[in-house]
Amino acid sequence: MKDVIIGLEVHVQLNKLRSKLFCSCSTQYHDSEPDTHTCPVCLGLPGALPVTNGKAVDNAIKVALALNCNIEEWTMFYRKNYYYPDLVKGFQISQYDYPIATNGSISLETEGGERTIRIKRVHMEEDPGRLVHVGTIDKSKYSLIDYNRSGVALLEVVTEPDLRTPKEARLFLNKLKNILEYLDVFDSSLEGSLRVDANISIAGGKRAEIKNISSYKGVEKALLFEIVRQNNLVRRGVKVVQETRHFDEVRGITISLRTKEGEEDYRYFPEPDLVPITIVDRVDDIKKTLPELPDAKRQRFVLQYGISDNHAKVLISELGLANFFETVATEVDANLSATWIADVLKGELNYRDLDISAFSPGHMVQILQMLKKDTITENGAVQVIRTILDEGGTPLDIVERKGLQPKMGAEASGNITLRVIEENPDAFQDFCKGKNEAMHFLMGQVMKETHGTVDRSTVIELLNKSKKEKLQNASDNHREA
Amino acid sequence: MNVDGIREMFQNGKSVEELVHSIFDKIEHSKLNAFVTLAKESALEEARRVDKHGAKGMLGGIPIGIKDSISTKGIQTTCCSKILEGYIPPYDAHVIERLKAEGAIIIGKTNMDEFAMGTSTETSCFGPTRNPWDLIRVPGGSSGGSAAAVAGGEVPLALGSDTGGSVRCPASFCGVVGLKPTYGLVSRYGLVAYANSLEQIGPFAGNVKDVALLLDVISGYDPRDSTSVTKKCEYLKELREDVSDVKIGVPGEFFGEGIDEKVEKAVWGGIKALEDRGASYTEISLPHTKYSLAAYYIIAMSEASSNLARFDGLRYGLRLGKDKDWHTTFSEIKAQGFGEEVKRRILLGTYALSAGYYGKYYLKALKVRTLIKRDFESALKDTNVLITPTMPFPAFKIGEKIGEPLALYLADVNTVPINLAGVPSISVPCGFAGKLPIGMQIIGRHFDEATILRTAYAFERGMK
Amino acid sequence: MITKKTVDHLGWLARIKLTEEDKEKFTDQLNSILDYFEKLDEVDADVPPTHHVLGLTNVFRDDVAGQSISQEDALGNAPKKERGYFKGPRIV
Repeated sequence: MKDVIIGLEVHVQLNKLRSKLFCSCSTQYHDSEPDTHTCPVCLGLPGALPVTNGKAVDNAIKVALALNCNIEEWTMFYRKNYYYPDLVKGFQISQYDYPIATNGSISLETEGGERTIRIKRVHMEEDPGRLVHVGTIDKSKYSLIDYNRSGVALLEVVTEPDLRTPKEARLFLNKLKNILEYLDVFDSSLEGSLRVDANISIAGGKRAEIKNISSYKGVEKALLFEIVRQNNLVRRGVKVVQETRHFDEVRGITISLRTKEGEEDYRYFPEPDLVPITIVDRVDDIKKTLPELPDAKRQRFVLQYGISDNHAKVLISELGLANFFETVATEVDANLSATWIADVLKGELNYRDLDISAFSPGHMVQILQMLKKDTITENGAVQVIRTILDEGGTPLDIVERKGLQPKMGAEASGNITLRVIEENPDAFQDFCKGKNEAMHFLMGQVMKETHGTVDRSTVIELLNKSKKEKLQNASDNHREA
Repeated sequence: MNVDGIREMFQNGKSVEELVHSIFDKIEHSKLNAFVTLAKESALEEARRVDKHGAKGMLGGIPIGIKDSISTKGIQTTCCSKILEGYIPPYDAHVIERLKAEGAIIIGKTNMDEFAMGTSTETSCFGPTRNPWDLIRVPGGSSGGSAAAVAGGEVPLALGSDTGGSVRCPASFCGVVGLKPTYGLVSRYGLVAYANSLEQIGPFAGNVKDVALLLDVISGYDPRDSTSVTKKCEYLKELREDVSDVKIGVPGEFFGEGIDEKVEKAVWGGIKALEDRGASYTEISLPHTKYSLAAYYIIAMSEASSNLARFDGLRYGLRLGKDKDWHTTFSEIKAQGFGEEVKRRILLGTYALSAGYYGKYYLKALKVRTLIKRDFESALKDTNVLITPTMPFPAFKIGEKIGEPLALYLADVNTVPINLAGVPSISVPCGFAGKLPIGMQIIGRHFDEATILRTAYAFERGMK
Repeated sequence: MITKKTVDHLGWLARIKLTEEDKEKFTDQLNSILDYFEKLDEVDADVPPTHHVLGLTNVFRDDVAGQSISQEDALGNAPKKERGYFKGPRIV
């Protein structure tokens, strides 16, 4: 791909907050009827006033610190004036001059090596409502609006145009998501928790802004579509115009949205209903609460547990997975844990679209201990993991129920058989006399002792061999006598 | 009609219900057009409740009129604009909650200039209110309905809102007392915003004592308004006639060009009367006064252009028959729903906030505001109150000025600097020009409502 | 001086449909008012702007979820609604 330049504006909901950014309506609206989580403030009713959620500011500062940003001394909210049916006040309370943080960075591991993606700014704003189009956006005769989402705290992270491929854009989003989840400010599993505006231009041409892409995969798809579209225009000798486009997730295409205001039309001015916020004196306290971040954890895992960097990279990709690993690695061998969690368990979880909370670390410890003691084979262990995920149950039960113990070697089964013979001389005597019931009895005893992990034929062979030896001994004794 | 008089009536056996009935009877036969929506059912119900259980609270059983820009649960609130026709708020403004808690009886909503943009109450979609002293004249604005209702004896108390003089101007034109509190003293929660950084809800009454009482009820901290602060005293308790410690400043700029001679004379008469009662005065200067109007209108229009964007007919208010695409639908609703003055101010405010003009207009106006605020702070260092005419002239005729927007803006010359500085100010009647009342404006330090109320009270007692 | 074209754009930004007659009238009126605003050019205001007269900072609420209004109340004033949603015009 030649000279592709991509910049992202990522909007993430600070959805670990209990209440919205400027009112106390609950953020837990995902399973609710439309328009049941609103109030005069987030419906923009005449006369209602916003009051800032202090924890939202703290969470935004946390993110800014984690993204290595410069934290400003103070910050304030602005009104961004534009119209859209999802916007209740005809303006969005956002930030403009004096955003909460500027000049940060995220380092990415790409196919071309490590790259630093610069973060231009991080700012807070309120989420608009949700538009439901009846059919597709360009064919719909009317729209339906649910304002449950209206007023939820959003964090906008704006990158410099440092991304070069749609895949890099996706890697960036994954990394950002990872950091936000470590900070405990973001739950990416909730619908609508992330929306991206992507700016893209090719070979020095004009840029298109694709608005409101609402999934990680969508970003990559929309950008790939745009590259093809813009390349086709250039090939046909048509100039790419600077414009705003909408990404239609269902059809996988972008379409022009001509009636939206441009940056110069927003008439930003300080929100007169809110007062300035001094952040510099909050930063030190918040710094103390910052958790270990993914990159640091990855380094520590390699150093502390002696596991490979590749395993560490997989393990830190989700905070839950990293914690799971640490719990298991304190009980059993860290390298074995890393291999089984990163290579096997993670794959089985991905295959089933489950996350790590679907598996108990205690079960993992038991499985690994059995592997260490050779009371289960590697194949058996994989089967136990699959069974737990698909049907539930505990490792020991599953091993028993499915007969997953390894087949015993000849030596081990020989020893057990000899012990059974020694302990049951009468039965053995009968067996030597050719009594069938005695053979069944001895076989039962051996199977019981070995949990059924020996072949019947092997046992019969051993019994016959012992019978032969006994008869031989008897005749020798007879000769000597 | 005043609060003491009504309490006496109650003591003499008149029921609240009878009083409320007689008030509605009077309003329904009134020529003033002071009320635009009556809350007859809820008022009578509340009256009967008070009759049954006794008048409790600071305003037990006292009727009050509410400007139509203040949100009242279950009672239509339109800001006298067609665009809000039929809007019935699901919530009460903070001041309404306070009034209800103190037992007041809400009679209805009073007329105003559309979205409080005016000086005459002529731009209301319900038609103009008439001045009780002369029915062919305006009551002032924008809270003209509230002032006329009190002056016309329809209610003893009323609430207005004052963005650039909208309480004091009609108080002056109608010969009643009206107060604009310090910015932040009264919660704006539930006041439909015109210009957020300038406006306050303020009380109207026939006398200073009732204004102090009403201020006691509505003032104080409200966590729902980020610009609200905790009040420092009980205003009614602080009222006394002694003004011997009061130092009056008289700013020459407020007695300048365009001030009616009779008005000037009456206000000087007021200052002399206070001097007779022991106050002292000095002439002072507020040098940036001449920039107030331009700064005020730029700030007010800019904020208004954003505040009024929300009226798109989706969630409430006017919606035209068949929808088209969203842009056309919104544009046609606003074209039909807003009156001409409102459109003019929205367009100007939109221009003043535009990229490339923000620095020249809005930001510059905010800087000039700093200078004006400093003028007041320094003038009020050596004085405790400033006295000026409230309005440059008495009430004008309906229709006389409505054709010239700029000329009408200039009428606010003495009231807007107070909103820019955020200081409190009260207008008290101080005489007549013919049969038309004249208002004297007493301005105080931030949160020193007690002193301006006391000065006004002493003056009022002296007049009687 | 602003032109009719500027007024036309202001009308678009403010979503107020203006007739030709409106545009002409407002162009004249806006110009005379803007002329008056020129007065501020005289002032040398080398001072910080006053956004808030009281100079308050750091006003917050706690992150506690409170009561919302009912769906019925939320939609109570909606001119058009459908299945619990507000009904709006088409987007494109």
